[in-house]
Order: sequence, then C-alpha cells, then structure tokens
Amino acid sequence: MATTHSRTLARFMLLPSVLLLLGWMIVPLCMTLYFSFLDYNLLSPGSEEFIGFLNYEFFLTDPAFLASFFNTLLLVGGVLTITIGGGIGLAILLDQAIWGRNYVRIMVLAPFFVMPTVSALVWKNMFMNPVNGLFAHFAAWFGAAPIDFFAEIPLLSIIIIVSWQWLPFAALILLTAIQSLDREQLEAADLDGAGPFSKFIYIVLPHLSRAITAVILIETIFLLSIFAEILVTTSGGPGYESTNITYLIYTQSLLQFDVGGGSAGGIVAVIIANIVAIFLMRLIGKNLEG
Amino acid sequence: MGSITLKQVTKSFDDVNIIKPLDLEIKDGEFIVFVGPSGCGKSTLLRMIAGLEDTTSGNIEIDGNDATATPPAKRGLAMVFQSYALYPHMSVRNNIAFPLKRAKVPAEEIEKKIASAADILNLTDYLDRKPGQLSGGQRQRVAIGRAIVRQPSAFLFDEPLSNLDASLRVNMRLEISELHKDLATTMIYVTHDQVEAMTMADRIAVFNAGVIEQVGTPLELYQKPVNRFVAGFIGSPKMNFIDTTPTDNDPTCCLGVRPEHLSISKDMKDSIWTGKVGVIEHLGSETFLHVHVKGKGTLTVKADGECPIVYGDDVFLSAQENKIMRFDTNGIRIS
Amino acid sequence: MAMNNKNKSKLIYTLLAWSISGMIFFPILWTLLTSFKTEAEAISSSPSLFMFDWTLQNYQDVLQRSPYFNHFWNSVVISLGSSLLGLLIAIPAAWSMAFVQTKRTKNLLMWMLSTKMLPPVGVLIPIYLLFRDLELLDTKLGLVVVMTLINLPIMVWMLYTYFREIPNEILEASRMDGASIGAEIFHVLLPIALPGIASTLLLNVILAWNEAFWTLILTAADAAPLTAFIASYSSPEGLFYAKLSAASTMAIVPILILGWFSQKQLVRGLSFGAVK
Repeated sequence: MATTHSRTLARFMLLPSVLLLLGWMIVPLCMTLYFSFLDYNLLSPGSEEFIGFLNYEFFLTDPAFLASFFNTLLLVGGVLTITIGGGIGLAILLDQAIWGRNYVRIMVLAPFFVMPTVSALVWKNMFMNPVNGLFAHFAAWFGAAPIDFFAEIPLLSIIIIVSWQWLPFAALILLTAIQSLDREQLEAADLDGAGPFSKFIYIVLPHLSRAITAVILIETIFLLSIFAEILVTTSGGPGYESTNITYLIYTQSLLQFDVGGGSAGGIVAVIIANIVAIFLMRLIGKNLEG
Repeated sequence: MGSITLKQVTKSFDDVNIIKPLDLEIKDGEFIVFVGPSGCGKSTLLRMIAGLEDTTSGNIEIDGNDATATPPAKRGLAMVFQSYALYPHMSVRNNIAFPLKRAKVPAEEIEKKIASAADILNLTDYLDRKPGQLSGGQRQRVAIGRAIVRQPSAFLFDEPLSNLDASLRVNMRLEISELHKDLATTMIYVTHDQVEAMTMADRIAVFNAGVIEQVGTPLELYQKPVNRFVAGFIGSPKMNFIDTTPTDNDPTCCLGVRPEHLSISKDMKDSIWTGKVGVIEHLGSETFLHVHVKGKGTLTVKADGECPIVYGDDVFLSAQENKIMRFDTNGIRIS
Repeated sequence: MAMNNKNKSKLIYTLLAWSISGMIFFPILWTLLTSFKTEAEAISSSPSLFMFDWTLQNYQDVLQRSPYFNHFWNSVVISLGSSLLGLLIAIPAAWSMAFVQTKRTKNLLMWMLSTKMLPPVGVLIPIYLLFRDLELLDTKLGLVVVMTLINLPIMVWMLYTYFREIPNEILEASRMDGASIGAEIFHVLLPIALPGIASTLLLNVILAWNEAFWTLILTAADAAPLTAFIASYSSPEGLFYAKLSAASTMAIVPILILGWFSQKQLVRGLSFGAVK
C-alpha cells in the first residue's frame, strides 16, 4: 500500500529515529575524527594544535597497541571457539529427549542474563581468587598449588568468564536452528543407513551453517568491545597482558587524558569493527530477502 | 449518488506499466464486475478507486468531484477485502461499530445501525463473538456488515468469495446479489471467476494486461465478444478455437465456436468436422466430449446428459453458421 | 526391569544434560548460597553446599549500610525509562518500515542496525566531553538518553518483525473505515501488536539493565546503576564475599526471572533473522 499521502506520513514517522541515530553516530564520530588529528590533552585544555596523522603513528607503533591488538584477537577467537563448540554440543544435547528439559534450559541460559560486573566479580573472587576461591580449595584437595589466575593467565581467565556469559546465547540460537531442521531429512538418512556421526556432518552441520555464521558475526561485534570484565578484574594488567583495544583506548582517553591519541585509537577500532560489520550486514541483507 | 468516472487512468510501478490509459464510467446503482486473469490489473484498479493506491496519471471522479488526491478515509467508499480484514481483537459488534465511531456517530444511532445490519446479514447471534470464533462465511458477512453501516456511495469487493468453499460460494453469490437489490447502491466487484461475473453483474468489464477489452452486459459479452480474448474468457467451458488460413477474400485466421453450439452425431449429414472421441465427462445433467479432430486439435462439445457416444467412437460435428465466430489476425471478431 | 533402548539413551542424555547444565549454573547457585553465609564461612577452605548456618545478615548489611536501594532504583529508572522512551520513537518508525515499504526500507533498516555495531570507544570521547559540558555526567537523564540510543536499532528491528506479521489489509480496512493515522495506530495496530510490543520492552529492559560500558563510564555516586555499584566492590577491602553475593543476588535475580520469559524475544531481537 503506497500513496503519496501515506509515504509522506511514513517519512515523518521515521524522522525522529533517523535523526537521532544520525546524530548519535555521525556527529560524535566526526568529532572523534577531528580530535584524532589534534594534540589534545584534557590536562592542558586550550593548547590543542593540529598534528595530522601523528596520533595515528604513535598509536599504531605503540607496543601497547600491538599487544592489545593481539589480545583482542585472542579474546574474540577464544570466546568464539568455546561458545560455538560448546553451543553446538549443548544445542544437540538440549534437542534430545531428556527429563526436566525446561529446568536444564533455565540453568544453561542463566549466565547470559547476569550483568557483566557481577559475573566478573563472582568469578574473580569466589572462584579464581588464589587464597579464598573455590578453585584454590579444589587444588588444595588434590595437593596442587593454586593458580593465581589473574596474575599468571589474565587473558585466559577473562576468556573463561566471557565464554561463560556468551555460551547460552550461542546455545539458544543454535538450538532454535536445530529445532527448525526438517525431521524427515534425518529419517531419510536413517533409512539410507547413516550413523549419528554422518548425520551430524552431512545434515545437521550444513543446516546450522547459517546460524553459526550469524552467531560468529554477532558475537564478534560485541566481543570487540569487552570492557567491564577487564575493568573489574585486571584493569588490563599485568602490564598490557589483558588489555584489549577497547580498554587501551579507555585508559588513554580517560585515565591518561590523551584525547587526541585516544581518538585516533577510537577510529582504528571503528575501522576494525567495520570490516566485521560488512560481513554481518551482508548476512542480514540476505535474511531480509527471505 | 454513486457514480464513478475514471479518466485516462494509468498505473506504473517503477518502470513497469500495469494499467494503460483507461476510461470507464460506472453508473450510479449498477453492479459492475471487473473480471480477468491473474495479474491483469483489476485489483490494482479497485484499490486505486478506493484510494489505497495512487494513480500514476489520470483522474478519478466520484459523483462528479475529483477524488484523485483524496485519502481513502474521505472518499465515502466501503471495501470488502479478500481476506475480510476483520479486526481480530474486537468483537463483531465493535468491528461493525468501528467506522461509525470514527465518524463520531452518537452511541444510540450506532446501536440501531448495528442491529439493522446484523438483522439483514443474520449476524445477531454472533455480535459478541470475536472473528477467530467465526466460520469463513460468517466472517464474510461481518466484513459486509462493516461496509453496509457506513452507507457508502459505492461498495468495492475484492475477490470476496475466493476463500470460501464451493457450496458456500454459491450461497454467498445469491446473498450479495440480493443485497444489491435491497440497497440499490453501486457495487464494483473484482473476481477472476467468470461464472461469478456472468451471474451477478449488470455490466462486466473484461481486463487483460492493464487494458479493458470490453465493457457490456453479460449477454452482450457472450453473444458479441469484441475479440478472441473476450470470446475465450467468457463462457464455460471455453470456446473452441480452430486456426484457418486467411485468403484474399476472407481475412479470417481463426474460427470460434462454443461447445454448447456444436452438435455431435454418428451421422455424416451436414457435418463440418469429423474426429475421434477422447475423454468424456459425464455430469449427469450434461456431457462434455473431447473430440480429436485431425489437423484442427481437440474440440469440446456439450451434449445431453444421456448421450450414448463412447470413447473411441468416430463422430461428426456440425454447428449453425451464425454461431460460428470469425477472428482476424489481430484477434478482432469479424462476423 | 527391562529398559528399552529409547529409555536407556534418554537416561544417559538426561544425566549428561543435568551435569553439564549444573556446572554451567553452578556459579550462580554458589552466589545465591554464599549470600546466606557468614563471611568466614564464605571463604572457608572446606566449603559447604547447604550445611552451614544460614543468615540474612548480609542482606541487612547491604541494604541498610550501603546506598544499595538508591542504585537499584537507578537501574530501574534507567532501564524502564529508556525502554519506554525507545518504544515511543521506535513504534512510528517500525510502522513506516513495515506498512509503507519503499525501495529504501531495507537499506534504512540495515543502516539502523549498523549503528549498533559501532564500537562505543569510537564515540567515547565526544560523548564524554559533551556530557561533561552539558552537566549530564552522573545523571539518570543522561544515561536514559544513551541507553535509548544504543538500543533503538534493536527495538525498531524487533517491532518491525512483529508488525510484518500483521496483514496489511487490516490497517487498510481501518483507513477505509475512516480512521486517521492516530486512530489506526492506537485502536488497531497497538492492540493487535501488544504481545510483540511487550516482548520488545522486556528484551530492552534486560539489555539496558545489564549494559556495562556507558553505565560504568558516565556515572559516579549519584546516578550509578547496579552495574557500576557492584563494580565498586572490586577493590578488595578485607573479607566481603558474602556481602558481595547478597548484593549480586539482588542485582541479578530480577533479570534472571525476566530473562527466562524472554528467550524467544532474545532469538528474534539478537539473531537478526538468522534463525526462525
């Protein structure tokens, strides 16, 4: 249904959201871009001067950047591996006939709804603390030395925490996808003599591929911006061992007050995210057709 | 006060031209049917009259006033949709009351109008049910009731019977025709079913690919189709077409004769074509025989219910000369 | 007792499912239980699951001796406020995109979703400076605005998918019946779409409640919601696990309950059409 009358109306109805989102995205982004070309420090306001790409040079050659870049990759890659692998497994398991399926679902889904600061603190203090945490107690029972998680394996510890939070998301999406699988395909495979492993590889996995791709892309977008868990556990340390790009920019901008440098970092982060976003948008575009 | 005039109306979506420049005059109080194959533009034209689609160019006049830019709410027309489009969250009563409430009709009058509409349409027992609890035919009536209470200048029906099963369709056809006699309001009715068109219409407009091929009374269209398309569209079973070669004297390149105008016999006297009988359809009241005529294709013949001819028989076909239609290379009827 | 194959595999899967899900749920369970322990019990090297002296002291301490309720209220105001404000803006937008489709509709929708993919650090500095200059730092209003903006794309997307399930003809019928656009939305669209609107509201309350970037950076003592308040427990000041557990339990239980009801909405809102 389209008449000029309704189309004009529709434009008015869209205006607030479009303007707001435009303002939210374009204006600050342009300002970040502008700041990135300035030597601007909050501690000495008023002495900004244009320095071209110097901020970018400093940022990209800073060893902290290199470290945080790799940490970001490890963080995202690690969480993706655990959540997708675990998610597929959980999805298959939850698809089976089991007693108390609803209760199992509640338990599996719960971590996703816990706020990140609570998750991080609970894991840090009550599980990973090398003196009072449960893992330390378990280690003592077996006569082993407790691991000081955040001192020895800070990044891995954060990966564990974040994976715990995102596993339910992957499991839920993949479970929904599995349940949309046409049962008759599996029955036909049964008749053709396929065992559970072949059925998984040749039927279930291809059907899941679209959902898996979606989960990978969506999680990546969010995982690039992991922040609270780092802030609350390691503050990026020791050194830069658990700093990701988001946290690095945060420290530069708001802790070191280097607005110029932080802005350059922000733009770099946007570019990286854009690359992933392009793929995600293509996927969404295809979904909108169907 | 329900006359509608279309002047050089066209419709295009992007670059695709759906409706070519079209003129049509709909008289006050008449029951006119837009009929044609799927995609011919009849529903689009109806929606343009309703105001739900813009015209690309041209004018639509309602009772002499230019309504081309008027929004649907203000055109004074009522529409019955193919899916009935009832408000699922409202009772039947509130569905029918909705347009009256929009028009700020006082509550007492609303009650009266609902009661009278419910009476006409046999809905009084269902007034407090929700659409989900009604059958297809009942929902159909609620949709009509909602349209009636508005006392519109004209009713627009968009294939209202296609979602009903066959026997219900026959009943509803009669009900709608009776409604028209009662209300004497203009009704524009869109359908792809030529039986509905023939039985219900005062006039029929036959559409084909965005063009009106012919407008006329059902009998006019049946007896004097203007071209091959109309001849083949109106009448069930379809008219038989036989290709011929035109000569210098006779530009006919196609003959058309309706199954009911062909006589079949085992006797060669006065016959025009001869062939072998294929499939026979016995309906009890009549019989349809499909005869394979060498070189001319398969002709359908209507015969009496007790026709004794069987599969494989050799038969002879004849027809009255004035019942055989002739068409030229452009499909226009010559005779 | 003859256990046939089907029941045997059911038993195995059940055991497997319960143990794995139990392990996944354990941290939450442990937090819940620890909230009822004494601090000494909470760090005990021989931790007990149920056999300890249950106490409500921690809840008392957290509620009475810290501004917990203040921050809880902040969370409520910010989540609910931003979700309701978001609905106000998103409903008209979704109406346009669902019922007056043009060639640009799809691109517009995708653009809106893309704004959600912007890394917050890309706009961190300007927003921070803007808030500082407008004195919006550490205000509930400021956070409501930010939360509305970051969740608007998801709200529009979700409402769009729900609206698309309503047949266009019903709204067209209301137009033929003389309804203005206001009447069309208020009397016809909203009542029919109410479940979808409620679902969208639910999911967004959850997302806003748990948001842990802007809520940590743009607030201090006054407007900090629970995310930030709990974060302040991160500098260890002696033994405090039990109190942390009590504070955490109160912070997460409402959302756990809401979350249980919003599974379908989660899939619809955050998978962007990848699964049905």
